[in-house]
Amino acid sequence: MGKVGRFGDFGGQYVPETVMNAVHELEDAYNKYMKDDEFKAELLDLFNNYAGRPSLLYYAEKMTKDLGGAKIYIKREDLNHTGSHKINNVLGQILLAKKMGKKRIIAETGAGQHGVATATICALMGLECEVYMGAEDMKRQSLNVYRMNLLGTKVTGISSGTATLKDAINEAMRDWCSNIDTTYYCIGSAMGPHPYPEMVREFQKVIGEEIKRQLMEKEGRLPDCVVACVGGGSNAIGAFYDFIGDESVRLVGAEAAGSGINTDKHAATMAKGAYGIFHGMKSLFLQNEFGQIDEVYSISAGLDYPGVGPEHANLRAIGRADYYSITDEEAVCGFEYLSRTEGIIPAIESAHAVAATLKIAPTMSKDDILVINLSGRGDKDVYSIARYRGVDINEE
Amino acid sequence: MKNRIDICFENLKKEDKKALITFITAGDAGIDTTEKLVLEMFDNGADIVELGVPFSDPIAEGPTIQKSSLRSLKNGTTLDKLFDLVKSLREKTDKPLVFMMYLNTIYRYGVDRFFKNCSNIGIDGVIVPDMPFEEKDEIQAQADQYGVYNISLIAPTSHERIKMIAKESKGFIYCVSSTGVTGTRSDFATDFNDFFELINENVTCPACVGFGISNGEQAKEMSKYCDGVIVGSAIVNIIAELQEDSVSRVGSFTKELKTSMS
Repeated sequence: MGKVGRFGDFGGQYVPETVMNAVHELEDAYNKYMKDDEFKAELLDLFNNYAGRPSLLYYAEKMTKDLGGAKIYIKREDLNHTGSHKINNVLGQILLAKKMGKKRIIAETGAGQHGVATATICALMGLECEVYMGAEDMKRQSLNVYRMNLLGTKVTGISSGTATLKDAINEAMRDWCSNIDTTYYCIGSAMGPHPYPEMVREFQKVIGEEIKRQLMEKEGRLPDCVVACVGGGSNAIGAFYDFIGDESVRLVGAEAAGSGINTDKHAATMAKGAYGIFHGMKSLFLQNEFGQIDEVYSISAGLDYPGVGPEHANLRAIGRADYYSITDEEAVCGFEYLSRTEGIIPAIESAHAVAATLKIAPTMSKDDILVINLSGRGDKDVYSIARYRGVDINEE
Repeated sequence: MKNRIDICFENLKKEDKKALITFITAGDAGIDTTEKLVLEMFDNGADIVELGVPFSDPIAEGPTIQKSSLRSLKNGTTLDKLFDLVKSLREKTDKPLVFMMYLNTIYRYGVDRFFKNCSNIGIDGVIVPDMPFEEKDEIQAQADQYGVYNISLIAPTSHERIKMIAKESKGFIYCVSSTGVTGTRSDFATDFNDFFELINENVTCPACVGFGISNGEQAKEMSKYCDGVIVGSAIVNIIAELQEDSVSRVGSFTKELKTSMS
């Protein structure tokens, strides 16, 4: 029997029998439409004329001078419509769902960026949409909840477990099992059962392809290092993928260390995770000795996940990518640093990549080039950063 | 040694009876209560007991079993403690016991170590709802080696997959009555004539139906189509309400189910 959807030891298709035919139906549709010129043209048109691609590759001159090391470029995924890289994947998947004749879309969301992107495209394409979101995350990201409502989406709060991203995925999977005929599950990251990790990467790899082309135009060469934050890992795999074969390019992921990887409050899967099988995939997961999935924590709702996409687990296993664990404090400092230095307020998720850059860039030579993938904008995080700093900005 | 599940179904066949399979989450209301519940269910007509191994994130379960799983974990239930429980149960009963559990629990414990323990201690089968046919190689070789059955699931959405799954099934086949998660249902959308026609054409072992069966009337109706019925959430609801005091009520409910089926 063929082992489908593997990245080295990782990946696979570990889902209940009830959804196996749906997973195969999706696989068939994905394989068909990814080769379909009309589909590709339609998607490209949506990328360019709706999402605002290509996103800018911006030379961060002040930051470069301040850090005194590598020349720093910022890939501005935060400037996409809906404010993050999530729209790339959602456009691809919802267009595919539409071709498959699905009428109802469900999604999970952590920070709300994937939820907002899904709600947006469902509004655009006239599809019913329901988004599952941890009750705790709904509190942290009330603005995004309201945005989704404005877009005509029903947001269902989940209070089981830790009431965060993991629990929202559990509930979305249960919904999918219950409404398999009508419903398309639009997973927000490069994770889950095959074909999702590969499919999401295919819809996100435009990021790395653009970086390569844009840098070639500006500098006439490849970067030396690409840095991106990693929760499930979709923006990172999107930024990395086109460079995997270019061995001179160092690939660095920044995961969430919360209060520190030696505390029990973090989401540092790469540093502390073990092999496991969960949410449809074999990968690394934070878990106890009996395989119970850990309750994880990060200031960033989008990185607050106890696992990681299987392709990242493999990139780490084969030594092709490095992963840094960035604490809340470091991420908030990165958030404030980029705001002050470049006038760009990053998403708290992306601020983890900024924080990793603050460590890496100064150790590199002035002739080197480092690219940060700035996956999203930080408007949604302003309240929680203020709270973190003990500033009362009156949310009433 | 012959698997207890096979012995059980052979005996039922001789008596022309259908199997009653009951499920509880192990460790809900404490391990001691679980032991009493298992024995009480056997005493009142359960033929096979499924012990749910609690998992932090049971994606195939509805709210009832999700909550029981969390209660059990809060009680400090671990797989090792469940092996001790089964060891103790095996001094008192020789009826089939199966684990219903998520793949990560087996994987993390070590597949070989897990099945070796099952075999030594007296677990006769495992039901792993998040491991489809295509991924069964994760455990199949070790399950076979130690003579523990990997019990397959078939869903109303399985269609042409039924043949492939049925062909390699052992012990019994767990037929899922409806799409969705576990939990009681007042009616079923599945066309059971069509569903079981396809199953019965292909099975090489007994077929039992579960998901949503919550009273004697449903158990009687559903047992017409196949070799047995599985009742879970309705029992777990009683345990949720009465905890340590649930034993006699679970016993009488089991008797009610069994009586209605015969």
